[in-house]
Amino acid sequence: MDGLDGNAIAGLLSDVFGAEMTTATGTCATCGAGGPLAETVVFLRAPGTVVRCRTCSGVMMVFVTVRETTCVDLRGLSNLGT
Amino acid sequence: MNRISRGFTGRRSASVDPARVPPGQYVTEDFPVLSAGPTPHRPLDSWSFTIQGEVDEPVSWTWEELRALPSETVTVDIHCVTKWSKLDTVWTGVSVDTLLEGVETSAEYVTAFSDGGYTTNLPLEDVIGGKAWVAFAYDDEPLDPEHGGPARLLVPHLYFWKSAKWVRGLELRTEDEPGFWEGYGYHNYGDPWQEQRYQGD
Amino acid sequence: MARAAIPGRLTWKAAEVVELVGETARAKSIALHLDDWPGHRAGQHVDVRLTAEDGYQAQRSYSIASAPEDGYLTLTVERLEDGEVSPYLVDVLEPGDELELRGPIGGYFVWEVALGGPLLLLAGGSGIVPLRAMLRHRAAADSTVPVRLLYSARTLDEVIYRDELVRISAFDEVDVRFTLTREWPEGWRGYRRRIDREMLAEVAWPAGERPLVYVCGPTAFVEVAASTLVDLGHEPGRIKTERFGAS
Repeated sequence: MDGLDGNAIAGLLSDVFGAEMTTATGTCATCGAGGPLAETVVFLRAPGTVVRCRTCSGVMMVFVTVRETTCVDLRGLSNLGT
Repeated sequence: MNRISRGFTGRRSASVDPARVPPGQYVTEDFPVLSAGPTPHRPLDSWSFTIQGEVDEPVSWTWEELRALPSETVTVDIHCVTKWSKLDTVWTGVSVDTLLEGVETSAEYVTAFSDGGYTTNLPLEDVIGGKAWVAFAYDDEPLDPEHGGPARLLVPHLYFWKSAKWVRGLELRTEDEPGFWEGYGYHNYGDPWQEQRYQGD
Repeated sequence: MARAAIPGRLTWKAAEVVELVGETARAKSIALHLDDWPGHRAGQHVDVRLTAEDGYQAQRSYSIASAPEDGYLTLTVERLEDGEVSPYLVDVLEPGDELELRGPIGGYFVWEVALGGPLLLLAGGSGIVPLRAMLRHRAAADSTVPVRLLYSARTLDEVIYRDELVRISAFDEVDVRFTLTREWPEGWRGYRRRIDREMLAEVAWPAGERPLVYVCGPTAFVEVAASTLVDLGHEPGRIKTERFGAS
C-alpha cells in the first residue's frame, strides 16, 4: 500500500521548509543512518505523514495538519542538512 | 476559496441517514488502509496478548488461548479522523470485558500497545461495558494484516486511531500517557460526535 | 539550505486542460496550459488537487511526462481500478476544464544533459513517465549521452509511448528493451519475465562505466532493481529511485 519514498512528500517538505528538501540529508536519531530525504520510507495514508528511516524503520519526522497549520515533529532526526 | 473540479465527487456514498454520520465525516464503501508504519508480520505461534501494568500479575493469552475464549460478532459504524466513515462493519472478537474478568486494578487509564511500536491511550471506562473488543475477524474472514491482523483493538465509539492495529496488549495505568497520535497533536479522547480531532477541540 | 532549481514558493495554480490523448486502454496524456508556468526539470512532478462541490478534497502527485523544451506541460495518468483521482482524470476531465496543481516539485529524481551519463533508466509500469521526460529532454537538447532503457510492463498493450520509444531506439546511442511479465505476443523476442539479476547483468552498463541510474515504478520493482544493481557493483550514490504506490 504505502512503501513510498521521500519523493512523495517533496511538495509537503517544500511547503514546510520553504525550499526543495528531497536532496537534503537526514540523519536518523535512532540508528545514525543518513541519506537524502528522498530515500526515506514515507507513510502518507495516516492521520499524519510519517517519515521513517529506511535502515531501522525508526520515526524520523511526523507532519500533522491541525486546523490549517502543518506541525512538524523532527525529534527523530539528529541532523538535517544539505 | 478552493476551485471546484467539475464533476469530481470522489468515492463516497450519497444516500445515507445523516443521523449516523458524525460532523465533518464522509461515508465510504471502501475500507481505506491507513498506517503509520510498515505492516508487521507476526507469526501466530509467537503472538500473545498481555494485560499488564497496574495489576498484581500480568495476564497473557497465546493465540490458541485467545481463540478459545468466548467471542462475539458485532456490527458497528467506524469513523476515521481523516474524515471517512464506514457503516455497518462486521467484526468478530473477544470483548475486553472478558479479558479483564477477574483482573483487579486501581488503574483509570489504559495504553494499548502494538507490534511495530504503535500506542494509543484511553480511559479504562471506555474499553469496558461492552464498548471494546480484541477483534480477529472482519466480515467473517480472518483479519487481514493490512487492516491490523492477526488482531486489533476495536473501540468504535471513538475515532478509529484508537482501535490499535496489531495490538499485543493493554497496559493499565493510574496516570494517562498520550499515545502515538495523541503525542503529535491529536485529541486525547477522540469522540467523533463532538468532533474531537485535535488537542484543544 | 537546498534551493529549488526554479525559485519561488509552491502555490496552487489553475491549469487549463488543452488536450487529452489516449496512450493505452488505461492511460491518458493530459496537455495543460498555465499562464505563468516557470518551466521544470525532467523527472519532476506536480501535485494535483481536486475539490468536490461540498468541499471534499483529494490530492495526488503525478510525474511530468513532457520535456522542459516541449510546448505544453503534460501529465500521463493511468487509471487505477480502485482509484479515487485517476478515474476522474482519465474518464471525466475534458478540454477546457480547469485542473488545480502546484509545482514543479522535486530536486532528487531529476536528470538534465549537464549531469552526463551514461544513463541507465529502469521503468516499471507507469514509472516510465518521468523517464520519458528525461528521454525527450535528451533528444530536444541534441545530446549524445548514451542511454539504455529497460521497461517492464505486464503486456504489450500496457506499454505507454510504445511508438515513440521504438522510434528513438533507432538512434545509435539509445538502447530500448522491454520485458513483458504477464502476456506477450507470439514471436515476441523481448524478455518475458519480471526483472532479475540475469536480465540486469545483460542490460545494464558494466559497473565500471559508472552510469547514472534512475529507477521508477511500483515499490517492489524499484527495490529489486536497486538492490540488484548494487549487488552487481553499481554505486548506491549513483542510483536514484522513485517509488509509485497505488492511489
